Amino acid sequence: MNGRVITVTSGKGGVGKTTATANIGAALADLGKKVVCIDADIGLRNLDVVMGLENRIVYDIVDVVEGRCKLRQALIRDKRLEELYLIPAAQTRDKNAISPKDMVRVCDELRKDFDYILIDSPAGIERGFKNAIAPADEIVIITNPEVSAVRDADRIIGIVEAEQKGPAKLVVNRINMDLVEKGDMLAVADVLELLAVDLIGIVPDDQAVLVSTNRGSPIALEARSKTGQAFRDVARRLTGEQVAFTKANGGGFLGRISQLIRTGSRPGSK
Amino acid sequence: MRSLTNLLNRRGSASTAKERLRLLLIHDRSTLPPGAMEALRDELIEVISRHVDVDRAAVRIEIAQEGRSQRLLAEIPLKKVNNRLPDDF
Repeated sequence: MNGRVITVTSGKGGVGKTTATANIGAALADLGKKVVCIDADIGLRNLDVVMGLENRIVYDIVDVVEGRCKLRQALIRDKRLEELYLIPAAQTRDKNAISPKDMVRVCDELRKDFDYILIDSPAGIERGFKNAIAPADEIVIITNPEVSAVRDADRIIGIVEAEQKGPAKLVVNRINMDLVEKGDMLAVADVLELLAVDLIGIVPDDQAVLVSTNRGSPIALEARSKTGQAFRDVARRLTGEQVAFTKANGGGFLGRISQLIRTGSRPGSK
Repeated sequence: MRSLTNLLNRRGSASTAKERLRLLLIHDRSTLPPGAMEALRDELIEVISRHVDVDRAAVRIEIAQEGRSQRLLAEIPLKKVNNRLPDDF
């Protein structure tokens, strides 16, 4: 096997990186892929709780890097999906406990056994972020349709390009179509025009995500949830499948969006 | 009905957000330190003036965005050439 390493990042905190990682991971595993999610947010781990696996942690990624356990021993199997695993972050250490080289080494080992290695990046552009993108074959950027999140996403996209990890793929998370129609929320087409990157997902703003997080059970596994469908669509697009952006999955303005994707946009060009 | 109100009242806060972001991103993406544009402008005028007469007041230099790449655009109008024949012709 020669697994792909996909890093989920955002710059700004609180836009839904961890939720997206857990859901895309679950959706990929549900498609029959063998998946491991790595929490790279050392000192502030949360992917374990979003996946509902916090009670099963024995070893973490720092234990692996420092040789206290075998890589295999730090892999926690998901409760529901046979082919989904988690490698948790350490909670009592800081980002400097591991290096970008360590991450590359761990991921190269995991590539042999998994189809997808998803890395949940910490917010910011410091060491933890560098650790998270070092082994990446592909970067998925999560943003929200608001000024500060889009601005930070732009900064991250620039760094990703400079690190030759691009082109990054964008998920616009927490879109509220009612607000967009009222003219009080940036539309997906606006965000794409400003950032000029490829779109890979549109996820609606949905209170059901809070409920699923409370339960520790990813919404991507709820067959009838539109938000779950949106994450499943992201997963399918990551596998290379062409999945249209329709009104049903929160898209709308299909023509405008696909046009933007094709031509690339020119913010501020004269 | 909503779309009708929309048409009458097009400028929701989203268009303000978009315009603010547009300007913000041009600034954030710029790799030129403050004052560099002015220095560049003055030096360009100086070099070009050695060869042709430049209409200094009308020179414009700006950064344009194309997708995610930036381009430095300079518009340098030349002074009208004096085509009058010399007096002793």
